[in-house]
Amino acid sequence: MSDGMVEIRFHGRGGQGAVTAANILVYAAYKAGLWGQAFPFFGAERRGAPVMAFARISKRRIRVRSMIRHPDIVVVLDPALPKLVNVLDGLKQGGVIVINSPSKPEFGEGYRVYYVNASKIALDLNLVLAGWPLVNTAILGALARPLGFDIGIIEEAIKDYLGGGRGEVNAKAARRAYEEVKVLE
Amino acid sequence: MVVKPLTGNYAAAYAAKLSRVKVVAAYPITPQTTIVEKLAQFIEDGEMDAKMIRVESEHSALAAAYGAASGGVRAFTATSSQGLLYMHEMVWWVAGSRIPLVMTIVTRTLGPPWNIWTDHSDIMDQRDSGWLIMMAEHNQEVLDETIKMFKITEDPRVFLPGMVGLDAFILSHTTEPVDIPDQELVDTFLPPRRQPYVFKPGDSLLMGNVPRNLKENMRMREDIHNSLEAAKKVIEEVDEEWGKLTGRRYGGLIECYRCEDASHFIVGMGAWVGDMREAVDSLRTNGIKVGLIKVRYVRPFPREDILKWVVNAKSVVVFDRSVSAGSAGPLFLDVAAHLMTAGIHVPVKNILAGITGLDVTYEDIADAVLKSVAEVEETGKFSRFIEWYYGR
Repeated sequence: MSDGMVEIRFHGRGGQGAVTAANILVYAAYKAGLWGQAFPFFGAERRGAPVMAFARISKRRIRVRSMIRHPDIVVVLDPALPKLVNVLDGLKQGGVIVINSPSKPEFGEGYRVYYVNASKIALDLNLVLAGWPLVNTAILGALARPLGFDIGIIEEAIKDYLGGGRGEVNAKAARRAYEEVKVLE
Repeated sequence: MVVKPLTGNYAAAYAAKLSRVKVVAAYPITPQTTIVEKLAQFIEDGEMDAKMIRVESEHSALAAAYGAASGGVRAFTATSSQGLLYMHEMVWWVAGSRIPLVMTIVTRTLGPPWNIWTDHSDIMDQRDSGWLIMMAEHNQEVLDETIKMFKITEDPRVFLPGMVGLDAFILSHTTEPVDIPDQELVDTFLPPRRQPYVFKPGDSLLMGNVPRNLKENMRMREDIHNSLEAAKKVIEEVDEEWGKLTGRRYGGLIECYRCEDASHFIVGMGAWVGDMREAVDSLRTNGIKVGLIKVRYVRPFPREDILKWVVNAKSVVVFDRSVSAGSAGPLFLDVAAHLMTAGIHVPVKNILAGITGLDVTYEDIADAVLKSVAEVEETGKFSRFIEWYYGR
């Protein structure tokens, strides 16, 4: 891919907010003086089924529109997903995995893994919809680490996107994940 | 002005709001639906002073918008794919009535089989109808050109309806930063509504009856054609004016990328023009002098603008994302015909790609162009004029 562009793939389940997370990331990128692009997997989606969303971040205006085949970063919103889908598909050698996981995940050699118990953070903050913890904003806080983003920018983007009290509590989730995330080299 | 990350569909909705559209007719179809949803929300929230008419089909959506526009207000609707085909009868009726109207087309392929992804089959199927037809490359262009289209279509030299096309999903559902102009700026730019006649209660006007004089009828067809020709100048004027107000000039009917010293040209339109720019840069890095002609308006067709660039070219490769089955890609057919009638004998080839939504990367485009250029450099011609390209 062109120099200076980061390509990110989000894995979640329909209804978990993977697309929203990718969109908020574009807000954050813009606030950080970068160009961002976010898009869903182009297909019909069903609640609960594995879904993907994508984002690109670059210093320059992004012109490419094709699917992301070799991401630099994969973000996994549901700890059970790696058993169902190959979340490492096409991930670059030395690539980054950011995962919602209660314990140390196993991905083998050659990746940098960031893990955080985003479900617990969401439940603690009462971020629940239809019985599911809403982990998409917490995971953005964890993603700020490998991206080298100021967490303040992520918080601001979340507040702008969601607005009001919803924005405040989701920004809190991001901040907590940013502080709690652990990295495995 | 404020910069906000928007999908292509939301960019279209913001443009309709800023253009002070008074009537929106809506019938949902993927991937267009979020345009009229957003407009419904604007109206509900009191941010937009307009009437939303929910109809039972796309045919009625355009009929309702046409009725409102005939009554003297700015009207808007949007559709895709099968919905546009269902509207097709009204598409001709609006143009023949000379009623300015703006419609967003989120281009999506046609069934069967059922498929929601992008290609240009739906919009290219409308190209003989008398509408102005443009295709956007990115979400900013969707917003800008939708506002401009109101001004262009309502110009007395034009008085025809116009479509702004954006590719399904790769623009319609893709979020990227978009500069939303202030309402005051758009109000300064857009004059009050102009149209050739207005239907008013108590003011009788007969419209569309069987003609007694077919020469007059045929002159009406010629007049539509002549007005589309006249629209070329209007498109350029409006582009310049918008450029002065916003700093964003696109270049009228086409936009050229690295054309100045190019020997080989790529012609394309729509969102994958962005990928084509990357392909040009990558080919240039390998020493191949390629330029890109982005067709912004396919109707009126930018004959003069394209001919000017390719008159001394070594080859022209036209990418089509739809095909006139049994002949060739429609963009290619236009380019080839205009080259021929101008006496320009340059090898020209049609690459059919990305049809039915097949993903195309910039590497694919560079690969296809590289092979084409190599053939021309070696033999001076193309051995075949159509290539169905399925990727590397």
